[in-house]
Amino acid sequence: MIRIENFVKTYGSVRALDGLSLNVKPGVVYGFLGRNGAGKTTCMRILSGLARPDSGRAWIRGKEIGQPGSDVRSLIGVLPEEPVFYGWMTPREYLRDFIAPLYNIRGQVAAQRADELLEIVGLKEAANRRIGGFSRGMRQRMGLAQALVHRPPVLLLDEPVSALDPAGRKEVLELIETLRGQTTILLSTHILADVERVCDVVGIIAKGSLIVQSRRDDLLARYVTPLFEIESDNGFGHWLEWVEKQDFVTNVTVSAHTARVLVKDVHMAQKPLLESLASESLSVRRFEMVHPSLEDVFLRLTRKEA
Amino acid sequence: MFRTLFAKEFREQWRTRKLIVFMAVFLTTGIISPVLAKYTPEILKSIPNLPAGLADFIPAATAADSLAQYLKNTAQFGILLVILLTMGVMAQEKERGTAAMLLTKPVSRSAVIFAKWLTGMIILLAGLLVDGLACLAYTVVLFEPLPFIAFWKLNLLLFVYLGVYLTVALMASTLARSQAIAAGGAFGGLSVLLILGSIPRLSEYMPGQLASWGSSLVLKGDSTAWPALGVAVGIIVLALVIACMRFEHEEI
Repeated sequence: MIRIENFVKTYGSVRALDGLSLNVKPGVVYGFLGRNGAGKTTCMRILSGLARPDSGRAWIRGKEIGQPGSDVRSLIGVLPEEPVFYGWMTPREYLRDFIAPLYNIRGQVAAQRADELLEIVGLKEAANRRIGGFSRGMRQRMGLAQALVHRPPVLLLDEPVSALDPAGRKEVLELIETLRGQTTILLSTHILADVERVCDVVGIIAKGSLIVQSRRDDLLARYVTPLFEIESDNGFGHWLEWVEKQDFVTNVTVSAHTARVLVKDVHMAQKPLLESLASESLSVRRFEMVHPSLEDVFLRLTRKEA
Repeated sequence: MFRTLFAKEFREQWRTRKLIVFMAVFLTTGIISPVLAKYTPEILKSIPNLPAGLADFIPAATAADSLAQYLKNTAQFGILLVILLTMGVMAQEKERGTAAMLLTKPVSRSAVIFAKWLTGMIILLAGLLVDGLACLAYTVVLFEPLPFIAFWKLNLLLFVYLGVYLTVALMASTLARSQAIAAGGAFGGLSVLLILGSIPRLSEYMPGQLASWGSSLVLKGDSTAWPALGVAVGIIVLALVIACMRFEHEEI
């Protein structure tokens, strides 16, 4: 659905994109992760038609970006990081009388779609207020509404929930989840919990190039060392000697009453560990597989690149 | 698409009150020109302690004086108004980020420029209509009727003349990335045109000649300024082309 090949973009002496390539399959919610200045927004701007790459090519739904007669903008909905509007307009006017007609949606259909979107993004009550008085969170909701007017097959969302309160964030993420499968979404964010929650695939960008692209679960499985935490009231005795000799164990550390056992494969290690603890008659208070965090992966990978 | 852009521009001028201010200034200009022409000699004559006999040398005002005032005021206020109306239209959109929002939609960049230009020109035309009607009415009341057709031909020439400044200001606004630079560019363009118009050999080819031609039409003179009209239209077309080309290739 979205294919980027070798994007290079420089601003003066700064190489914002350095051979970025990625591939987003149809219907996928793609989490685009990177530190500030990694090149996410530059990439989004090129895909949106606001900037041109120095070299490299990209396709959206098979149409090449920037080629004469190949305008991809009707295929995409774009939410920039800080959406701005004409302050003198009301949200209803903006969607019904300005944005919808740009996609040839007019009259009653435009009015219905505007009202429907205002309801979805929680701005129905403010439909006739001037946008000029909106808070940042309201503008971000409005930005999402304008990106969805023409039901685009591709959505480019740059930090879509960064300005929202927790309740608003939850609502917008739920909305994104409802679009999964019908709309391909490229979502750039620095809130890793959101990526973990809604994204199917994660791409991590550093210094203008993609360092990892993988399904979220595969990424977590591949890059986060599986770990068991075991807490025992009466210590670990001979069990520690046994566990250190096992092939599936990579490292064991003990502090006070807690042992941390790093393993190669969680599923392979879980059963023997539990059986051994039971056979040693240890007074186990807690046996927990510590959930891998995308944040750990992100920090580890981007730190390595930096 | 163009209709939507044009409707938005027009509505913006209305809702931000720019249209009303523009019309009010033109209306005032139209009213005040004949009034000033009529009463300036009266005011001069009423100055206390005027040397004896001097009042007899102050000629009575005529419709021609009304026309001269109208031309001078409309040209001066008109230039300032069209520049103030236009100089921020593109730069403001780029500076605030609304241009970036708009250009992710399937719109032609040239259409964005052209919608702004057409809106400005229509408002200018409406302003001159209001200005001219007010001047005609007050001139009839205070003096005598001006030749109707010739007067509107004069306004058409004023429209082209002011259109030059409007389009140059729009071009400056498109070339600039901020409103401050756009303002500098617009007034810089004005200065260049005025300086060129003051050079004797060049002046007959400059848009400023259109006002003289219009005046001559009304006062039944025989001077024309076809080269100046050609140059004025040429500047308008060139400024529009430059603005469109620049915007087409600009990264927002």
